[in-house]
Amino acid sequence: VKRFLIPLALFLGLAIFLGAGLNRDPRALPSPLIGREAPGFNLPRLASADAAKPGVFSPADMRGQVWLLNVWASWCVSCRQEHPVLLDIARRSDIPLVGLDYKDTGPEARAWLAEHGDPYLLSAVDADGKVGIDYGVYGVPETYVIDKAGKIRFKQIGPISQEILDGTIVPLVKELRK
Amino acid sequence: MRRWLALLVLALATLGAPGVHAREAQPLADDEAVEQRLIGIAEELRCLVCQNESLAGSPADLAKDLRREIRTLIREGKTDPEIMEYLVSRYGDFVRYRPPLKPTTWLLWAGPFVALLAGVAALMAYLRRRRVAAAPLTDEERSKAVAILGEGR
Repeated sequence: VKRFLIPLALFLGLAIFLGAGLNRDPRALPSPLIGREAPGFNLPRLASADAAKPGVFSPADMRGQVWLLNVWASWCVSCRQEHPVLLDIARRSDIPLVGLDYKDTGPEARAWLAEHGDPYLLSAVDADGKVGIDYGVYGVPETYVIDKAGKIRFKQIGPISQEILDGTIVPLVKELRK
Repeated sequence: MRRWLALLVLALATLGAPGVHAREAQPLADDEAVEQRLIGIAEELRCLVCQNESLAGSPADLAKDLRREIRTLIREGKTDPEIMEYLVSRYGDFVRYRPPLKPTTWLLWAGPFVALLAGVAALMAYLRRRRVAAAPLTDEERSKAVAILGEGR
């Protein structure tokens, strides 16, 4: 019996190690931007249909606030899944939510927001995806939590679920406000 | 005879067909040198959207954008390590097919060799134990065996 114990233990160890690996999302990669300054940019705002506020947005405008930058697009399918959660953030209206409209066209983006509801304080238009590259975007939607000093503190790749919002993002924002 | 005739007709048809001639490959971009360097760099990088493809070969939108960025960086006169750093600082070590050796990747680099050494050690221990088991019989054992085998005869 004893001679089988060692191989069995080895097998179980390997099975647990590999099993844990299987349960991880291979698309969720650690971002090297965590803890670093959010890359600066100057992008035109997506003027909403009712209140046309042209102008540019820069992350520096949000200095002193803890805010969320949500990368979205009208062509993005998972963004629909995430949208109710974003609308919930907007309803609470205590965390500023800025959109980065990634590789999209103005008319399509505006139509999408008109149809699904606009949860954003404003959206900046990244038509050619250059700012997206600076932020290491590879799977829309992505969401960044940025602190008062303009540092990225958290990155969610893929849609935010209600659990992630309530369990991770809201507590983190509270913590960062202190 | 009929087969030869068929081949001849086929050959003539091929000669006459307009689209069949091999054409000179179109250059990928205006600048061949830039494109060569781009391919060299992009072969070393992983496309993040379709993770088993290199950035050089991926048709994904993001890969196209990144190739465009790399082209721009090459034209700006950046060196290959600088371009690698540009991508790693945004997307992490995961974009590199050959990740650098550092504390977080020690297990990744050493793991296969550690497993190999453990396997060799286990094999050697096993073989040594078996050799002990196959040691020659003592005189006492030999006479015992003879007695048993003799009985069977």
